[in-house]
Amino acid sequence: MIVKGGRLIDPASGRDALADIVIAGGRIEGIFPPGKAKGGGGETIDATGLWVLPGLIDMHAHLREPGQEYKEDIASGSAAAAAGGITTVVCMANTDPVNDNPTVTRSIIDRARAVGLARVLPAGAITMGLEGRRLAEMGLMKRSGIVAVSDDGRPVEDASVLRRALEYASTFGLPVILHSEDKSLAGKGVMNEGPLSARLGLPGIPAAAEEAMVCRDLAVARYAKTPVHITHVSTGGALAAIGACKETSLGMTCDVTPHHLLLTEEALSAYDTVFKVNPPLRTEKDRLALIEGIRNGTVDCIATDHAPHAADEKALDFDLAPFGVIGFQTLLPAIMKIHLEHDIPFMRLLACVTTNPARILGIEGGVLFEGARADLVLFDPKAVWTLTEDRVLSKSKNSPFLGWQFTGKVVRTLLEGRTVHVAD
Amino acid sequence: MKQAPTDPAIIQGLVERIAEELSPMVSSGAPIAFVAIRKGGEILAGRLVELLEERTNIRVPLGVLDITLYRDDITRRRIYEVKATDIPFDVSSQDIVLVDDVIQTGRSARAAIDHIMDLGRPRRIYLVVLFDRGGRELPIQPDITGMKVDLPEDRTIKIEVDDRGAISGLIMGGVK
Amino acid sequence: MEWSRKDLVSIAELSAEEILTVLDVSATFKEINRREIKKVPTLRGKTVVLLFYEPSTRTRLSFELAAKRLSADTVALSVSGSSFLKGETIMDAAMNVMAMIPDCIVIRYPYAGLPARLARELSCSVINAGDGAHEHPTQALLDLCSMRERFGRLAGLHVAMVGDIAHSRVARSNVYALKKVGARVSVVAPKTLLPQDISTWGVEVWHEFDPVVKDADVLMMLRVQKERMDEQCFPDEREYAHFYGLDRRRVDMMKPGAVIMHPGPVNRGVEITHEAADGSRSIILNQVENGVAVRMALLYLCLGGSADDR
Repeated sequence: MIVKGGRLIDPASGRDALADIVIAGGRIEGIFPPGKAKGGGGETIDATGLWVLPGLIDMHAHLREPGQEYKEDIASGSAAAAAGGITTVVCMANTDPVNDNPTVTRSIIDRARAVGLARVLPAGAITMGLEGRRLAEMGLMKRSGIVAVSDDGRPVEDASVLRRALEYASTFGLPVILHSEDKSLAGKGVMNEGPLSARLGLPGIPAAAEEAMVCRDLAVARYAKTPVHITHVSTGGALAAIGACKETSLGMTCDVTPHHLLLTEEALSAYDTVFKVNPPLRTEKDRLALIEGIRNGTVDCIATDHAPHAADEKALDFDLAPFGVIGFQTLLPAIMKIHLEHDIPFMRLLACVTTNPARILGIEGGVLFEGARADLVLFDPKAVWTLTEDRVLSKSKNSPFLGWQFTGKVVRTLLEGRTVHVAD
Repeated sequence: MKQAPTDPAIIQGLVERIAEELSPMVSSGAPIAFVAIRKGGEILAGRLVELLEERTNIRVPLGVLDITLYRDDITRRRIYEVKATDIPFDVSSQDIVLVDDVIQTGRSARAAIDHIMDLGRPRRIYLVVLFDRGGRELPIQPDITGMKVDLPEDRTIKIEVDDRGAISGLIMGGVK
Repeated sequence: MEWSRKDLVSIAELSAEEILTVLDVSATFKEINRREIKKVPTLRGKTVVLLFYEPSTRTRLSFELAAKRLSADTVALSVSGSSFLKGETIMDAAMNVMAMIPDCIVIRYPYAGLPARLARELSCSVINAGDGAHEHPTQALLDLCSMRERFGRLAGLHVAMVGDIAHSRVARSNVYALKKVGARVSVVAPKTLLPQDISTWGVEVWHEFDPVVKDADVLMMLRVQKERMDEQCFPDEREYAHFYGLDRRRVDMMKPGAVIMHPGPVNRGVEITHEAADGSRSIILNQVENGVAVRMALLYLCLGGSADDR
């Protein structure tokens, strides 16, 4: 197979040039100046006018299988990921049963292989049942294929358990992804605490709930001499705390979500539960701090926190509806939007969904060079399109961006040289 | 009593005389074995067994006893070097010839007898020494003595083998 | 050989020469233990009090046999974990024991530091039979004794300790002792079972067992306590056994002549399978036998001198 004439953008090598890419046996066999390609029998894909990017890595998603297949399953989630140019998905452990043992890990991996539309890499639970008390079988799960551990959805409240978990996970070389939230401060909150929550009469989640826990998590991690990855950072204060220890050799890292980068609490004015997320959408000041974090490198990754919920669940009162939005198909368009609106180099943004997550997770991928796996996205940077519900491939349609007009569209996605998505 | 001799020729004469006295006991055919008290008795017993085997053509069993743990003065002296006891035969129901180089207080002989009794029940125990320097504190007397000697309190005597294989005496003073 | 101690509180305070002295003397006592009459009158008239404030069968039995074979009189006092805390303090209890004028107190205690305090304050000999997570010096000495007996040397031996290094007094004493005599020491454990300051111990630290299995002369499997699971040091026994247990597969990887040790009591199926514990490479029962000899040697050395000599 040969992908001809596209503009290759690869954050790993810093390469940004027109090129022909020859693919064989699921790997990139050669990269040549346009028209100079040698070999590469079979299909020719004309990428003229398109950007050719490494397949994206989303290090935070919920595929809901096993247990909540009415929201999403591995097949529908993989299809949506492929449509978003995401070739590698890290799925969180809060399934039912929880992925806290090698049997569940194995079943997720086997199912994803059978589906074959995306590389699904499970994160195992830190603690049994995500209950924050007893360590899960991290070693055995790693042998079965987990790439990280996380109790996402919940913090590890007991600091001593956290310390042991960090030490134990690092014994097996497993990255630890933390959802940092002080539950006692967050209380029954459903949105950012501030003047708006007061006006709306909705219980608030103070920024301090996140910031206090991030500081504690970092302190414990430093003591345990292990790195941690803080997921879905939402406040400027939390990001500053992470930035302050970036200098240490331990490599504390973090990610932010597209919805925290593009939306603020103002979106909640009409009590629309689609905007109910945890951590909550914050203020414009926080949002700009996160964008600044991408620019200056404090933010390592952008991850979707793709969290499908059925329409009838989201139809509940704001206080009662579940937290979460979907995000696979809007990841790359959102990145393009930030690139265009905030003048951040596309290459830097792209690194947040390719090389950076690959490095943090210690996995192959996110790169375009000879010998690498042929995970590719063909992206039309000029196409203008509107997200409508019928375009959403997830079983659940709870996107905060429905009706939004985006510039830039995923045209085709290749997973190890196989086309797993073609735009209509 | 005389000054102890150190001359190998004199000592050789004493050893041969002792062997001569022991010879009938060995050739009588009654079960007999030699036990040396470590460390001083080893040289003498080794030489005696050699001579007796030459004379009688009978193999004479020889064992070594470490009496450190049987001493009655452990808490009065700093003794910690303990060597193994090596008795490659059953002491029960045979005659045991206990061999030491010097007898003075008799306490070593007492410890050795106790030790042997813990190993079995010999028919009888003989005591053979090269030098008897007197000063007994226990009612124990050797059956065969090389010679009685007189030494100042602050001198010790021991025997050793020189490089030609001859036994010589060595008198050391005055630290005990 | 030099020995001028009335007490044995820790391996940390011993010199290499002192350690080797104990081992040399132990070899002699081992011979006594194989005699028909396993008794010498050495410590006749001496009284050895065994104070055990923690459940222990084999250590207490080993000390008691050692004292008895040296003809000392022994009194064993075992106090269960909870009851001794009532009423009198431990120092009161120690003073009461002292009033009975023993010559030696052998003490096991659940908290670190008491043997050192008793040794300082009491005129009789004090031998530490294990204090908290601090030290268990006689165990280390008997372990070294067993290794030297098997290999004829200690310097240069590669000894790997596997399991709960952080909370193990056996591991601590063994690391000190082995390093002093020039052995190469590796520890194998998840980070949760290693002390925070392990990098300062001067040992090789491994999280993966297999590479060490192939290279070590001695695999010392440490007992895994269930309470460590409650403290989140590892998830469960299945995972522990998989990564840190000594099973048939790993035994087959051991190099020729390498041996398996365990301080006991053994958790079969967790840190060691019955095949490994009972197989031809196991010298676990030699350790037990040497335990009596080593304790005899220590009683002899510590009690065998008058107060004036000290």
